[in-house]
Amino acid sequence: MIQLLRILVLGFILAASPARAALTIEITGAGASQIPVAIVPFRAEEGLAQRLTPVVEADLARSGLFRTVDPGGMNPVPHEPEQVNYAQWRARGADAVVIGSVAKAADGRYDIRFRVMDVAKQTQIAGFVYFASENQLRLTAHKIADVIYEKLTGEPGVFATRITYVVKRGTRYELHVADADGFGAQSVLSSNEPIISPAWSPDGTRLAYVSFEQKKPVVYVQSLLSGGRQAVAAFRGSNSAPAWSPDGRRLAVTLTRDGNSQIYLINADGTGVPQRLTQSAAIDTEANFSPDGESILFTSDRGGGPQIYRMPVKGGAAQRVTFDGSYNVSPRHSPDGKSFTFIQRNGGRFSVAVQDFASRQVQLLTDGSVDESPSFAPNSRMILYASRVGGRGILAAVSSDGRVKQRFTADAGDVREPAWSPVVNK
Amino acid sequence: MKRYLAAMSIAALLAACSSTPTSEQEGAAVEDRSGATAAAPAPAQKPQTQTTGPATKPLTDQSLSGNPLKDPSNILSKRSVYFELDSNVVRDEFRPLVSAHARYLQQNRAQKVTVQGNTDERGSREYNLALGQRRAEAVKQMMQLLGAQPEQIETVSFGEEKPKATGSDEQSWAENRRADIVYPSD
Repeated sequence: MIQLLRILVLGFILAASPARAALTIEITGAGASQIPVAIVPFRAEEGLAQRLTPVVEADLARSGLFRTVDPGGMNPVPHEPEQVNYAQWRARGADAVVIGSVAKAADGRYDIRFRVMDVAKQTQIAGFVYFASENQLRLTAHKIADVIYEKLTGEPGVFATRITYVVKRGTRYELHVADADGFGAQSVLSSNEPIISPAWSPDGTRLAYVSFEQKKPVVYVQSLLSGGRQAVAAFRGSNSAPAWSPDGRRLAVTLTRDGNSQIYLINADGTGVPQRLTQSAAIDTEANFSPDGESILFTSDRGGGPQIYRMPVKGGAAQRVTFDGSYNVSPRHSPDGKSFTFIQRNGGRFSVAVQDFASRQVQLLTDGSVDESPSFAPNSRMILYASRVGGRGILAAVSSDGRVKQRFTADAGDVREPAWSPVVNK
Repeated sequence: MKRYLAAMSIAALLAACSSTPTSEQEGAAVEDRSGATAAAPAPAQKPQTQTTGPATKPLTDQSLSGNPLKDPSNILSKRSVYFELDSNVVRDEFRPLVSAHARYLQQNRAQKVTVQGNTDERGSREYNLALGQRRAEAVKQMMQLLGAQPEQIETVSFGEEKPKATGSDEQSWAENRRADIVYPSD
């Protein structure tokens, strides 16, 4: 069965300037089992400004769930299904073979076709055509990797997503947006004052963050399309910890306008009057909406030390959800709603942990000493967080089962406060 | 909450026994005189009534250089209150400092200050931001109990974002668990 689906690739243009720091990702831990897959260089891709299959291969390898099988020495080099010699691929131990071709379309864009062939069943399990301009070639490669990942693991891929993070260089702070593989970093904000807590809007077109440029913490929302931005919470006292509602219309923020740090709901466009959500004499902060928008998780020290609580967005009683240890902070729901990640202090060490809502089971995923700010990838599989190596801030990622580990190294500066984007341009 | 109550009750005690000027303040007045330029003609303004001793040279415009807030021998030149880990209790050793600034604000009703709360680098940035705010509020609350007006004091938190000491050791962390009393002229 031949499946061919046309997808218009519409990567949006960032209102930003190229950043000087590049991120490189190294894998420091792999999955328990790895799917062997052969990626055959696509026909005519040598002529492209950006070859596709090396990007696809790097994406799959970085996930820790795939092992690439050497595609060389086949005669003929397969680009079409009838050219695939299944017996030879089986002998090489490949479970799947990816083939494809590139041609120039009439409108000047590239016509990119690829197929995923199942070696055991000797059938095509996926086939797509993309039309891409030259500056969309990397995005197209990530989308191809997403298809392969999903067909072979059963989970959606997140290679065609992006990450945001803060780079501190000397006394300068920059908010960056980069592809999930660290490529193409762009600076969307630059300041002499700290920037913290960036959060993606659910549609991936806006970032909310906290900037100290007014000599105190103020929450801004910035469009990545236009670069335009607006202070949405600049009340008396401190304004921080923005979290988007799943419909993208509201933000939960932490304000001290009435005294202590409490969580309020505001409109994402800055209109209206803040609606107070928590009512305590303690610190309530770091709200995060559940995927269904019905409840929030947040950090509170109402019981003494900081612990994680849950309460309905409509209002009502808060329930404590973390009980192990004396310091549990920075909760973030998994996009599938089944668990949440957070930071737990054990002795003097701060580790990324994940807790299952149903079983209440806690798993420590890292043994770092100063891990911070965890956030889930949109497929709930990986958790991106900030760590320190050799006195410098770096980003790292760990799979939600703790097996796959990645480290992002920047060539300059101190990197912190990461957040993984939602899936956009589906 | 307990921590707040403790801070408040001790502050109230301090308020009860803080009616006499401290030696540091007298020291400031002496410093003012020595800072005056002898050659300058005597202005119409009266010297501070607190000044004692044989020196009779009146204050001149240049005496502003003897601003008690800037005078290293005056407690008012000290602006930092340090805290224990995860705590916003103003320790005994910093009460004279907080009380001196409270009295200065009481005597100078037009004067405004900002109390900036800070934390060490460990743990959540957002929780630390809130913790820094609570430290700043604890200092503000004590100053209010000692006679300053709430509208004279603004609080702000930098959390762990503006560390004074950049090391990752106990000494640096202790230096950064701090609230600073900042005057607009600083």
